[in-house]
Amino acid sequence: MRIKLGKKVWCTVVSLLVLLAVWEAAVLVGSFPEVLFPSPISVWNAFWQLWTDGLSGSSSRVVLGVHILVSLKRFAAGYASSVVTAVAAGLLLGWFSRVFSYVNPIVQLIRPVAPVAWMPFIVLWFGIGDAPAVAIIFLAGFFPVLLSTVAAVEHMEPVYRKVARNFGLSQAQTLYKVVFPAAFPQIMNSLRLALGTAWIFLVSGEMVGAQSGLGFLIMDAKNCLRSDALLATMITIGVIGLLLDWGIRRLEKFVL
Amino acid sequence: MYICVEDVSVNYQQGGSTFEALKDVSLSIERGEFICLLGPSGCGKSTLLNLLAGFEKPARGRVFIGERQVTAPSPKYLTIFQNYGLFPWRSVLHNVELGLEAKKMNRKERRQRALKYLEMVGLVQAKDKKPCQLSGGMQQRVAIARALAAEPEILFMDEPFGALDAITRMKLQDDILRICKDEGKTIVFVTHDIEEAVFLADRIVVMEANPGSVQGIVKVEMPHERDRTSDDFIVIRDKVFAMMHLKKEKTVEYYI
Ligand SMILES: Nc1ncnc2c1ncn2[C@@H]1O[C@H](COP(=O)(O)OP(=O)(O)OP(=O)(O)O)[C@@H](O)[C@H]1O
Ligand SMILES: [Mg+2]
Repeated sequence: MRIKLGKKVWCTVVSLLVLLAVWEAAVLVGSFPEVLFPSPISVWNAFWQLWTDGLSGSSSRVVLGVHILVSLKRFAAGYASSVVTAVAAGLLLGWFSRVFSYVNPIVQLIRPVAPVAWMPFIVLWFGIGDAPAVAIIFLAGFFPVLLSTVAAVEHMEPVYRKVARNFGLSQAQTLYKVVFPAAFPQIMNSLRLALGTAWIFLVSGEMVGAQSGLGFLIMDAKNCLRSDALLATMITIGVIGLLLDWGIRRLEKFVL
Repeated sequence: MYICVEDVSVNYQQGGSTFEALKDVSLSIERGEFICLLGPSGCGKSTLLNLLAGFEKPARGRVFIGERQVTAPSPKYLTIFQNYGLFPWRSVLHNVELGLEAKKMNRKERRQRALKYLEMVGLVQAKDKKPCQLSGGMQQRVAIARALAAEPEILFMDEPFGALDAITRMKLQDDILRICKDEGKTIVFVTHDIEEAVFLADRIVVMEANPGSVQGIVKVEMPHERDRTSDDFIVIRDKVFAMMHLKKEKTVEYYI
């Protein structure tokens, strides 16, 4: 176990170092204009500037840490509300499968529409600011979790249902004492996948009307023609996504 | 009569055609009796058991248990399923408490009752383990304790010891017999093992296939603590064997 972990860390370090080396080499060999292809060191400098000072020349001089916190807050709100409603609805729809056969066509109709396509409506209904990001994240997480919860309930061992019925458990008891725990491993798995997807959509959610957050920072850096800051923000988003995934994996291992 | 089956037929739909799994079955069982259903594979033993337990509906005829017609499962008549039906996410103790949770018993009483029955099946020391950490025989004991803890009047068992090795099997046969006589339960027990039936039953219901029906009933007039090698035992075993064999010869004649 220890050795495995050590090996994982080793692989990660090596692959990142190689990436940096190739990147730096490409910059040195190609001698591209700095704006088109910033070097690792200038990205690092931009990162440091963002972290301590905020983006120079921007309308809002907020430091990176604050942007991250704002984004994480929106993300938490969107993801938590999405997951709670999707799991609850999934349990009910999976259990009352006759209702689901009526709801399913509607779900299948809405699901292929990219969450971002809802943006105009979201802005009209909820205004700008926090709402678009929260709503987009909600939409991105909702359908995958809903559908896999329904599937998990439908594929539950038939004998569990029989046992619950035989021992005289009420519908409510059956749902939270039998159906939910039986479906839990699969639900947890879908929560992890949805976490990744939802984080991807954060940026699109914050590109419209938000005055803070990582998505806003992307737009801001673009408007200021600061490709180094742009890349620094992109890397920040990637790293946080990685950490979120790592965290939920730990959680998954812990609870299962 | 306690359990009364009156001219019951059960049909299954199989790709457009109807298959008669049970045809005109009548059977009466006294309170406190140990009944074994014995017969070749596919003769409808499980179907009859599910019918008595309320999981299956008859196409014709009626089933009564103590004056009341059986229409749905009830915690008064518990089934022990072939693959035990334990909940893998619960500890042994919490599995045994399941039926008591439906009865709105308080926590302390529940714990006491569960421990009492775990003691009876000799598994108190395993109370905090998960079912997957137990052997097949131990899991079967947990399932028995779980059913007994809910204090049902009748236990239905579908080949409960079918998957166990010979020694564990004999041990459990002794246990179930002792417990059920002590607790005054009525038992309906499915098996396809003649010796098992002769060892356990007060009466053996011998069934035949195509269509599933009762071929005959053998009364086992021997006191309990039966000796599997005694003359009486062998006489009854041969009688049951002859009854099952008879049918076989008849079918052979048909083929010729
Ligand atoms: N759900 C079902 N749909 C269609 N046919 C069924 C169904 N359940 C059972 N049957 C058929 O009914 C007949 C009786 O089945 P049953 O399971 O009661 O047999 P059994 O005596 O318990 O056999 P075994 O000893 O193999 O368990 C079989 O021929 C089986 O194929
Ligand atoms: Mg069977």
